[in-house]
Amino acid sequence: MEPIRDLYQQVLLEHYKHPHNYGHLEHPTHQADGDNPLCGDHIHLELQVENDTIVDVKFSGMGCAISKASASIMTQVIKGKSIEEVKQLADLFYQIVKGETDVPEAPSSDLEELFIFSGVHDFPTRVKCATLAWHTLENALKQS
Amino acid sequence: MNPEVAATVDLDVHSIRADFPILNVQPYGQHLAYFDNAATTQKPQVVIDTLTQFYEQFNSNVHRGVHYLSQHATEAYEKSREIVRRFLNARSTAEIVFVRGTTEALNLLATTFGKLLQPGDEILISMMEHHSNLVPWQILAKEKDLKLKYIPITETGELDLDTFERLLSDRTRVVSVVHASNSLGTVNPIEKIIELAHQNDIPVIIDGAQAVAHISVDVQSLDADFYVFSGHKIYGPTGIGVLYGKERWLDRLPPYQAGGDMIKRVTLEETTYNVLPYKFEAGTPNIAGAVGLGVALEYVQNIGLSKIARYEMQLLEYATRAVEEIPGLRIIGTADQKIGVLSFVMDYTHPHDIGTILDQAGVAIRAGHHCTQPVMDFFGVEGTARASFAVYNTPEEIDQMVKALWQVYQLFGQ
Ligand SMILES: Cc1ncc(COP(=O)(O)O)c(C=O)c1O
Repeated sequence: MEPIRDLYQQVLLEHYKHPHNYGHLEHPTHQADGDNPLCGDHIHLELQVENDTIVDVKFSGMGCAISKASASIMTQVIKGKSIEEVKQLADLFYQIVKGETDVPEAPSSDLEELFIFSGVHDFPTRVKCATLAWHTLENALKQS
Repeated sequence: MNPEVAATVDLDVHSIRADFPILNVQPYGQHLAYFDNAATTQKPQVVIDTLTQFYEQFNSNVHRGVHYLSQHATEAYEKSREIVRRFLNARSTAEIVFVRGTTEALNLLATTFGKLLQPGDEILISMMEHHSNLVPWQILAKEKDLKLKYIPITETGELDLDTFERLLSDRTRVVSVVHASNSLGTVNPIEKIIELAHQNDIPVIIDGAQAVAHISVDVQSLDADFYVFSGHKIYGPTGIGVLYGKERWLDRLPPYQAGGDMIKRVTLEETTYNVLPYKFEAGTPNIAGAVGLGVALEYVQNIGLSKIARYEMQLLEYATRAVEEIPGLRIIGTADQKIGVLSFVMDYTHPHDIGTILDQAGVAIRAGHHCTQPVMDFFGVEGTARASFAVYNTPEEIDQMVKALWQVYQLFGQ
């Protein structure tokens, strides 16, 4: 595949055009803002955490296709997961975008979409776009 | 070459291209179309050679040694100042201060002007300033309790001169505006601005960072009080720039930095400052850079600035017509008078995604707010994609860009 098509895969474009979990929560327990000054990406993330589990999550903000799709996919993946699991997922995601982990033949279906970001490591200037949502998530979880 | 453009071009772009070795770089195996000239221009071989030659044959400090090398370095440095003087048609080389770039020149002016101002005094800049002509004044205004006022811009990206006139008050102490906007391409009517400010005895600073490579500047006929620019945007080295100031203004302003070279005599109690321009050149300057800048200005003058400008206008018109065909693409900055800057948004794509896709096609553009966030806010966009043209660009390169923009449309717009 051309690198550009590998980066902007159909799934990514779908999430960009129609992001999931976009908006605000009634009663977030955690929230954080993230900025990527290079791109001007801005994300606001709201979480509802109960018993160390992320029961709901929404994000808002403006950004490029990569940052927005990444945020959309992240919110899908983390919903219902424990904070511990989510932290491991963040580490996995960082490895994916840096090209430090192989794309499995058949990733478990709920993680599958994380691997569409494996194309990002060919675009070093865009790695920060992909990781913005995850860094913001970690910052949000640091508050208690 | 595209026949439409070739018909009216009186400039041998292929021989010019041969002067710029970097144009042979092939990103991802493709022809490099370098359209990020408003950020920095590429350097011709003569400038590159000048830097090497300086370090190989002349290197030494200036104004300090009685030895052979120091004399030659000083001569080369001062000869360059004379080239700059002629380039701007300044009255005297005392009015030409070498600085690091536009940013340093504007910080120098905000800081030193600031010492002359009183609480309640007003500074007038415009909404289309580069952050380097905005943030220093904002800091100064906070520190000294001054009022910072902005000349508004219109939908086409031009300055609203009627409001400008009304904003001039008896408390206005300085006007500082950009000659040509880096994010919109607008060329501002600085003659008119200077004239109106002078009717109120207000000095005017012109940020010429984007203008000097495209518009010939005569500081005397403009009657500009200050005119500043960076060498690297006019085919010269980075780290060198020019602050032109009328002698009587440079005399009035206190020194900026203190140290060697800017003094005449120092005792333990007090210091007598050196004469102009050295009063503002504390410390060892970027000597090689200054010499390289002189060579860059001569390079431009040998081709002819008006020829360059005419050629770039043809490129701009050609590119403008081509991109206007792309659905959902909107040009930001549609002033009558523009330099070769084409800023645009595509309503289904973020500028950085445009930038990445064009990059893969070998096309270098800039995406973002271009250090002019108030302009972006005014147009209600997060940023723009910007192609900016220089003398070595060709219509074929514009075709290369336009083709990649259609690819953006196919990926995102359909
Ligand atoms: C209009 C304008 N002013 C000031 C600057 C700052 O120039 P420099 O970064 O060379 O100091 C720029 C460069 O981007 C510019 O375009």
